[in-house]
Amino acid sequence: VAIKIALPKGRLLRKTASLLQKADWDLDEYHSKINFYHPKSQRFPDLRIRVLHEKDIPIQVAVGNYDLGICCLDWIEELLSKYPSSDLVEVKDLLYGEGTLYMAASVIEPIKSVSVMRIASEYPNLAESFALKNRMSRFSIFPVWGAAEVYPPENADMALLSAKAEAELAGYGMVPVSKVLDFSAFLIANKNSWESRNLGKVVTSICDKLPETEKRTSLKEEASQREKSRQYAVEETMDYMVRLALPDGHQQQPTLNLLNRGGIQIDDYPSETGNRRPRVNIEGVSIKVIRPQDMPLQVANGNFDLAVTGRDWLAEHLYQFPSSPVKELLGLKFGRVRLVAVVSQELPVADANSLRRFIAEREEPFRVASEYVNIADKYARDNHLGHYRVIPTWGSTEAFLPEDADLLIENTETGRTIARHNLKIIDTLFESTACLIGNASSRLSPAKKERMGSIIARLKTAVESA
Amino acid sequence: MRIQRCKGMRDLSPEEMTVFRLVEGMFRDCCFKWGYREVRTPTIEYLHLFTSAGTLTPSMLGKVYSFLDWDGWSGERVVLRPDGTIPVARLYTENLEDKGLARLFYATNIFIFEEAGEKTRERWQCGAELIGAGSPLSDAELISLALEVLKKLGLKGVELRLSHAGLVKALLVKLGLSPEEQNRLFDQILDGDVEALAGVSRESPELESALLPLLSLKGQSPGFLKNLRALLAQKMPEIKPHLDDFLQTVALLEALGCGYQIDIASGAGFEYYTGMIFQLFIAGEKIGGGGRYDALIPAMGGGDVPASGFALYLDRLMNLVKPEVIAGPVPMRILVRVPAGNADAVKEAFQIAGSLREAGYIAELDLDGKEPEGFAWIIDVQEQAPLFTLRDRAGASQVGATTISEVLRLLEGKGGDKDSPA
Repeated sequence: VAIKIALPKGRLLRKTASLLQKADWDLDEYHSKINFYHPKSQRFPDLRIRVLHEKDIPIQVAVGNYDLGICCLDWIEELLSKYPSSDLVEVKDLLYGEGTLYMAASVIEPIKSVSVMRIASEYPNLAESFALKNRMSRFSIFPVWGAAEVYPPENADMALLSAKAEAELAGYGMVPVSKVLDFSAFLIANKNSWESRNLGKVVTSICDKLPETEKRTSLKEEASQREKSRQYAVEETMDYMVRLALPDGHQQQPTLNLLNRGGIQIDDYPSETGNRRPRVNIEGVSIKVIRPQDMPLQVANGNFDLAVTGRDWLAEHLYQFPSSPVKELLGLKFGRVRLVAVVSQELPVADANSLRRFIAEREEPFRVASEYVNIADKYARDNHLGHYRVIPTWGSTEAFLPEDADLLIENTETGRTIARHNLKIIDTLFESTACLIGNASSRLSPAKKERMGSIIARLKTAVESA
Repeated sequence: MRIQRCKGMRDLSPEEMTVFRLVEGMFRDCCFKWGYREVRTPTIEYLHLFTSAGTLTPSMLGKVYSFLDWDGWSGERVVLRPDGTIPVARLYTENLEDKGLARLFYATNIFIFEEAGEKTRERWQCGAELIGAGSPLSDAELISLALEVLKKLGLKGVELRLSHAGLVKALLVKLGLSPEEQNRLFDQILDGDVEALAGVSRESPELESALLPLLSLKGQSPGFLKNLRALLAQKMPEIKPHLDDFLQTVALLEALGCGYQIDIASGAGFEYYTGMIFQLFIAGEKIGGGGRYDALIPAMGGGDVPASGFALYLDRLMNLVKPEVIAGPVPMRILVRVPAGNADAVKEAFQIAGSLREAGYIAELDLDGKEPEGFAWIIDVQEQAPLFTLRDRAGASQVGATTISEVLRLLEGKGGDKDSPA
């Protein structure tokens, strides 16, 4: 059986690629910008390599889908803090990708005594364990997909987030409350593989090329120099103000176009410097730029009055929390994607019915991988998929088929990425477009109600004129 | 594919349930007679009920089944009840506080995540809580009640170990530790780390001579505590009130003739204890414990209400109890057979089975026609007279009867008693 290794996308890609180049792996695809998740190594032609989102790697290695993986210690600890008995071995510190996890609060409003401590984080398990260890009597953890730094002080009391140095926090207008963890990239192994398989050649090739010196600190200093120039003013939010959340990522341009058509001008959005608090030409409106995935939960909790997200993420939220007060106010007609059920070309299945028959004949549980955990779960329930497991992923879901999952619930615009990975669509769950969401149960002052009404009206005109 | 139960969960078979109900029944009987009334709290509670400072230790909180339920969009987590006492204290503050003194008991399951395969993650316990009374007398009542239940269950060799949370906490203050360190050390002691206190005391030599007797010696009489008081009161006046409180309880136990061992460094796993802590062991295995938790109800926003309580571990007692020793008489089992397809005979069969049950027997209808096992009597319902024939277990005697009352008379004459040993 081939040895399997999971390599990270994102922040570690460049340095991991250069390490493997030094180790003469001679990879064909790992440098490329296009989303291709199955690189091959000339030196180790039998090695099965997959490129995954870094956060998925410790989980995938622990469950035994991979013998080896490379990811940072923060994601390893995020797994182990909730599941300490995971089958994971930290083989070697790779001495790059250094950073620190901080629990941090806003400079403007450092921690005050509150009845419920709200913590925003991409690391909900570590945040919960921090809250328990520090005997917080009552707390709410808001798991976010990203941009945790923009939540305090208005939308969270603290954020648990990674940074290169404290200066980076200062750049976000934050101060550290506590240093939670220093991390760097690690080579990890599945415990059973480590105990029973010979992974020696692959491990040696990586470890031989590591610098012998201790971790360099110059990087951190560099970062701190750079970060100092990135200070943004945090405006005070008054009760009458309308708080609007706009998406980061590739929906920024169409969102901006729509706002402009409605006569709403926004300064520094999309921002080249990563400004998440752009200014707007309407008085009494404050804007934050966050992940569209995180918006329904934030609107439900009254942290924002209006948000531009996708119907897919709204559905995901409402399937998990049917009693949530979030509702769609306006369809925005851009960002059109289909949510589809996807299997490997080789699977003898053409639609949901034949899928059900196929699963009924299998012994082992059927694995559904998706970024949309609750939509995937509902799809499996509604289609009577029997004994199934939902594998949450953080992206690059196509890399999971066919070995690490049997079915994907994915969004697609054109279907081209799916076809390129030798996969096929067997069902369409629904079509999603961008939408404006709000909170059905929030009580608004007349002044605020009027201001919100005017924003919604402007957007409506903009949608109709498109 | 055969579907199996969830990892770490346990089924209780009919035989196990018999023992379960015996133990639970004995506990209920005793509690009723001491004036305790039964309560039941929900399986799901808010996590913050248990995270509020001074309720569960962080290490226990790390093992609770907590999750976001359908209402979880606010980030408010809920848990499967990890402890019996805290929900009862919550129930008291929510519903009973105006009633003053409350004697409450419960039999419930609690959920704690255990990594080790052999331990179950769902455990059963019987507990009693005495809320609204703060005297050593009430501590003595609870200990006596717990010991009475164990005695009536026929259990021998019960060891009672005593400690005092107030005393331990006062010692930690004395060690000059920061509040965080005190908390951490107290947690370690409560989580059963016996070495924790000893380790710290070695680090500060001037305290060692004072603390060593407390930690290493084990006493078996009020004299022990009086000696300690004589030794330490001068150096540490702060601990005197706790020693006095402890001493009063111990003196009462002494007067009641309870055997006990004082072991200050022994823990009990729960942070909410403020005063006397007691633990019960049989052959080295802990089967229950309890103590005083005067700060719990105030911390929940209730009034300044003192309280104490204990729990017995049902799963462990089930393994120790010998049912044949304590089980009361079990009703005789009688099998009623009837020719299938004859509606009149079936009606007769249902009637006689009903009358037998009324009279206190267990009556079962024959469904599979197999050679019956474990029945004291077999009654065949026939299509013509005599309507009933009775045959005993051995098949030695066979009698006919024409009416139901004749059957009942015959059974009473033959069996003498409708109850037979289990």
